[in-house]
Amino acid sequence: MSDKLTKDKLDLLKEKARALRRHIIEMIGRASSGHPGGSLSAVEILTALYFHVMHHDPSKPHLPERDRFILSKGHAAPVLYGALAEAGYFSTSYLKTLRQIGSSLQGHPDMLSLPGIEMSTGSLGQGLSVGVGMALGLRLDKIGAHVFVLIGDGESQEGQIWEAAMAAAHYKLEKLVCILDQNKLQIDGHVENIKGIEPIVDKWKAFRWNVIGKINGHDLKAVIGALETAKTHKGSPTIIIADTTKGKGVSFMEGNKDFHGKAPNKEEIQQALQELM
Amino acid sequence: MPKGELIANRDYYGKTLVEIGAKNSKVVVLDADLSCSTKTCMFCAKYPERFFNLGVAEQDMIGVAAGLATTGKIVFASTFAVFGSGRAWDQVRVSVAYPRLNVKIVVTHGGITTGEDGVTHQALEDLAIMRVIPNMTVIVPADAYETAQVIRALEKAHGPAYVRLNRSTTPTIYDNDQYDFQIGKAIKMREGRDLTIIACGIMVNASLQAAEILAKEGISVRVINMHTLKPLDKEVIIQAAQETGAIVTVEEHSILGGLGGSVAEVLVENCLVPMVRVGTRDMFAESGKPHELLEKYGMTPVDIAATARLVLERKKNG
Repeated sequence: MSDKLTKDKLDLLKEKARALRRHIIEMIGRASSGHPGGSLSAVEILTALYFHVMHHDPSKPHLPERDRFILSKGHAAPVLYGALAEAGYFSTSYLKTLRQIGSSLQGHPDMLSLPGIEMSTGSLGQGLSVGVGMALGLRLDKIGAHVFVLIGDGESQEGQIWEAAMAAAHYKLEKLVCILDQNKLQIDGHVENIKGIEPIVDKWKAFRWNVIGKINGHDLKAVIGALETAKTHKGSPTIIIADTTKGKGVSFMEGNKDFHGKAPNKEEIQQALQELM
Repeated sequence: MPKGELIANRDYYGKTLVEIGAKNSKVVVLDADLSCSTKTCMFCAKYPERFFNLGVAEQDMIGVAAGLATTGKIVFASTFAVFGSGRAWDQVRVSVAYPRLNVKIVVTHGGITTGEDGVTHQALEDLAIMRVIPNMTVIVPADAYETAQVIRALEKAHGPAYVRLNRSTTPTIYDNDQYDFQIGKAIKMREGRDLTIIACGIMVNASLQAAEILAKEGISVRVINMHTLKPLDKEVIIQAAQETGAIVTVEEHSILGGLGGSVAEVLVENCLVPMVRVGTRDMFAESGKPHELLEKYGMTPVDIAATARLVLERKKNG
């Protein structure tokens, strides 16, 4: 992967993004439970990673040389499951079992239940520390793989994010790339009204990270460009600040905090899927 | 070195880390700014490339440990018991235990004998909150030699573990570090008919002394070193209840939820006999010298012997 971004490839990626959005709505709709808003905001980021940037092979999910992805904002599990299924880790027909008893598609990702899930997450703030550990371990083994970690903006209120930020910069983990899905909403409302994280670019710079952005997190070209640039950066970890819209792609979910952790009803599912035709 | 030699078990932790680190390049050690106290500094001095100090950030340390473990490393992460258990509990639960990663949390300064630093640094609840987490192994070595055995065993045993050590020097109860040790298999230290004392950590030695006191009174006491709280050696407990008919548990920990709680759970479901728990009550302790604290909070050999007489009385009265 990580080939040239031709127009054909870009069209294919857009198609993948649309497929992921449909999966998200169908999965959460069927389960009548889940987190659509923060899954939809991360669609282009996961599309770029799984279908263009990351080196990974669904037939060899434990290959030591693979790039890793950690979904630190674990409640966005549906977008990860959708990407893994579309990439070929398991059948897309299995997606309908999301959150059902006995399913490997747990409400939040469980690394022991499914190949391709690199870390169990869901308690916010923990994924970046794990990414630091992975990057250290890979460096010890002289493996050049990259570790990508997706965090949320509400999640950035967790102190452990900043502990990990310090560690990554201290150990100069240039193979660690964090992406902030800044969709600006959290359960209780606007991030800046609840407990503001701005100026977020300055904060990461002050923590001695290479900062890219803010970029438009729904512009696939911009996301891929940022990820490719991050991969070539030397001497420090990189964070990409992706400006996104919560609920992106579904008109009545966009910018609507109510769809953080609420499933759409029957009519809403129909409308959403129609918009995503 | 003979039995009764005063050695800090954390010194043997540091020594054994170096020993297993020499043979196994997968061994990686983490600390959170306490490496001189936890003795991981000994590993750092020898293998600096495999040692990472995460600073005063225990939650981050546990997450980093989990990440390293996903790359096949055998990770030992150390800090004080209060921080390794309480401060990072959710990280231990979600990032280590749930994904069953190969992370060994080896903590020092467990229990009341941490002494002068007082309540904030005396872990008296750690065994309780660690043992309730699924997939966790919980071990409290009885002396420095057993600590060496535990660390060697953990190098070979895949999965999460919590090992609690001390600050103070404590008397050894074994002659060396070559005896037969298995995780989850309790060790009978002394045979007896009238009553069984089940202890862990440095209280094994105190319990052996209590058994001596009682022997002079014609009371025959069995002493069990329950070094592994989880997985618990239930058979040994049930056998002790059936054969001696009375149980005293002794731990340098709250009587709530630790060794006493574990043993009580087994007895209630299998073989109900008179039982009393020795440990701190449901309260915080205070600053003081270790021996002063053990005396004030009722955890000396004399206290254990007195508790044993009480339980024997109840056994007699049936």
